[in-house]
Amino acid sequence: MIELIKKTSIDFMGLRRFAFAFSAILVVLGVVGTVQIFRGQANLGIDLAGGTSIQVKFQKPVHLDRVREVMAKAGHREANLQGVPGENIVIIKVGAKGKDEKMVADQVVALLRQSFADNPLSVDSVAEIGPAIGRKLRSDAALAMAISALAIIVYLAWRFEFKFGVAAAMATFHDVFALVGLFYVLHREIDLLFITALLTIAGYSLTDTVVIFDRIRENVRLRKKPTFSETINLSVNEVLSRTIVTSLTVFITCLALLFFGGVVLKEFALALSIGVIIGTYSSVFVASPIVAIWRGEKMADVKRSSGG
Amino acid sequence: MWKSIAWRATLIAVLTVTSIILVLPSLTDGLPEAWQSKSPKIHLGLDLQGGVFLRLEVEIDKAIENTALRYGDDARSILKEKGIPVLGFQKAGLDGFTLQLPPGDFAERAITALKDELGTLDYALGAVTASGATITGRLKPAEVLAIRTNAVSQGVETIRNRIDQFGVREPQIVAEGDDRIVVQLPGVKDQQRAIDLVGKTALLEFKLVDDGVSVDEALKGNLSADDQILYQKSVDAQTGRVSRTPIVVKKRALLTGDTIKNARVNFESQRGGAYVSLSFDTRGARIFDRVTAENVKRRLAIVLDDTVYSAPVIQERISGGEAQITGSFTPDEASDLAIVLRAGSLPAPVKVIQNVTVGPSLGADSIQKGVRAGLLGAALVVLFMAFYYRFAGLVADFALIFNILYLLSGMALLQATLTLPGIAGVILAIGMAVDSNVLIFERIREEIRSKKTIRASIDAGYEKAFWTVVDSHVTTLITALILFQFGTGPIKGFAVTLSMGVAINLFTALVCTKVVFDYINAKRPMKALSI
Repeated sequence: MIELIKKTSIDFMGLRRFAFAFSAILVVLGVVGTVQIFRGQANLGIDLAGGTSIQVKFQKPVHLDRVREVMAKAGHREANLQGVPGENIVIIKVGAKGKDEKMVADQVVALLRQSFADNPLSVDSVAEIGPAIGRKLRSDAALAMAISALAIIVYLAWRFEFKFGVAAAMATFHDVFALVGLFYVLHREIDLLFITALLTIAGYSLTDTVVIFDRIRENVRLRKKPTFSETINLSVNEVLSRTIVTSLTVFITCLALLFFGGVVLKEFALALSIGVIIGTYSSVFVASPIVAIWRGEKMADVKRSSGG
Repeated sequence: MWKSIAWRATLIAVLTVTSIILVLPSLTDGLPEAWQSKSPKIHLGLDLQGGVFLRLEVEIDKAIENTALRYGDDARSILKEKGIPVLGFQKAGLDGFTLQLPPGDFAERAITALKDELGTLDYALGAVTASGATITGRLKPAEVLAIRTNAVSQGVETIRNRIDQFGVREPQIVAEGDDRIVVQLPGVKDQQRAIDLVGKTALLEFKLVDDGVSVDEALKGNLSADDQILYQKSVDAQTGRVSRTPIVVKKRALLTGDTIKNARVNFESQRGGAYVSLSFDTRGARIFDRVTAENVKRRLAIVLDDTVYSAPVIQERISGGEAQITGSFTPDEASDLAIVLRAGSLPAPVKVIQNVTVGPSLGADSIQKGVRAGLLGAALVVLFMAFYYRFAGLVADFALIFNILYLLSGMALLQATLTLPGIAGVILAIGMAVDSNVLIFERIREEIRSKKTIRASIDAGYEKAFWTVVDSHVTTLITALILFQFGTGPIKGFAVTLSMGVAINLFTALVCTKVVFDYINAKRPMKALSI
């Protein structure tokens, strides 16, 4: 038997002060980030903010500064440029200007063709999104997050008990806020794919939490330890090796996506990779302690509505 | 025991064979024709095969307004013919217009005349003062409703006609809500042309040039209420410079594009320039005949979407019902113009509010990178499982391969669309899929440590982990389903692959692996398990 983790008895509950402080910082960052997103002050992708994104591929290497000059001449001084090293790809993003819904992709491409006559380019992709659609997608995303949270609480309340449901949901929100906060601080782009990553991580983090909760419930029934905190410690230690192995396999696939999945998926894979780590952390250090604090040290059986 | 094993093994075998039959047509083109063409296939999303996604907003209000104003112009011409002077003309709300008439009985006479000749509108007499009277013409509510309800459905129909003639495989053109149209053109190569073709209103009008008015005066604002300034675009063949020449034309259209029977591209014999020749239907031919007869030696402007294409002098009466639109067209431009004229104009102008265009090379590149990342990720996970759980890990790997196979065949069966995030979903599902087996194996390890027999440990491991596995899958499924409900195209693809992968995993991780252990145990109870 190969064991990454031998039988452990780490006092996770004892570490909760540090964990809570750490988590509080993450969540505060996340709340700030979320407010900024809704104020339109974050680095929003054009699918959420409206605007134009053009990806062009030049035949020869091209200097971003020269592209910037050309864009400035065309009146898009605020355009956001991103180069993909080694592939001669330039991604140009122009935000929507207020109510002006005019699309600028044609004009920009024509101008680039003209300015780089000696370096032919092909247009890889164009996305133009009117501000109205951006607003709609943004509110759809918020609605999706809210509904998922609700659905998760309901499901867990049904399968466990209400306090577990709320604790799991809080851990999930913790992950979502932490990711938003980190992306906000790192000034990474927040777009629909990022929202997708958030929901995916929410689902993943819950899986992790449920596994631990399941074990807590079982150990409470078997009365293996006298207090609830100790039961939690035992349970987390018992499933620790599973937690780490699974996080590792998911993390491996996320890294494969991050390094080999191409330009379009890079930020998405980054969000997933960070999310896996945060999700794993939160089920151990956030979800379980919340239940312990809320439930007290009573060893009453945890409801189980079905199964053995 | 044997019976149960045989039953499960048969189920797995049948599923596997079915899956292979289902999935092969999506992976290769080299299959027998009957198999290849009749099978459902996985569709590639726009982001993978390249193409155009457009969301259009139909400007219905503008259509209503335009209709009302066109009737207003008609009304003025009618009154002019009847010798009733019109002092002023104004818009009245969205669906009507107001005419200012001199004092006397002109207002009553006007209403009688208009009811007679232009009965499609409702008329009302407005304020009567010493300086005159006003009358208001308004579209009938039924007509406004008809414009509202038809604008989108006719728009869809017209765009479909245009696209069919342009030649796109499997276009999707659907109405969305009350005033939107979504157009998806997968695989289309000439993307800008396709976008132009979809978005053109293509309202063709023939209007007389008002040569009695000086263009300079008109530009200064000295313009009769009957006239308007339009621009003629011309492209210099050498420099490619576009110049716009103003032309004063009568507002009233003598003939519109809805009378066109056919439009074809032709080429001038000497210079090889392309032009479009039109033939009118009987009604159109009759009107054209009359118009040309009445206006010999005057110029007739051919106007498409308020841009003058040409304004030739009518040399003689034209009775054949044929006309030509010349301009400095490239063959592509001429052919697209012919298409939009044949397919007819959009009932209301449309505005592109979302345009996602992916070039074909990026799509191919994305597939290649996605597949590479997927293979690498899967290989690492498979190696890790085999290394960490030894024999049991190999069993889990075997289940993982079945999981991927079933997932792909399920997508083929549902003819689901694979997008780039969808590929990411498959890859992520691979990482998550082994979790079920990890849970079970860790449980079996615990049971073995507590000195149970191998067989009892395996059974207990599966049994105790079962509900944990189910619970943990359901949470992922909930979020994936919500993503599916709210996501746009590419993200829907992610939700589809992730949720199908996770659901299928319940079967492969619980049933496919258990049957292997059961089979070995049934042959000879295991003394030791390499796990």
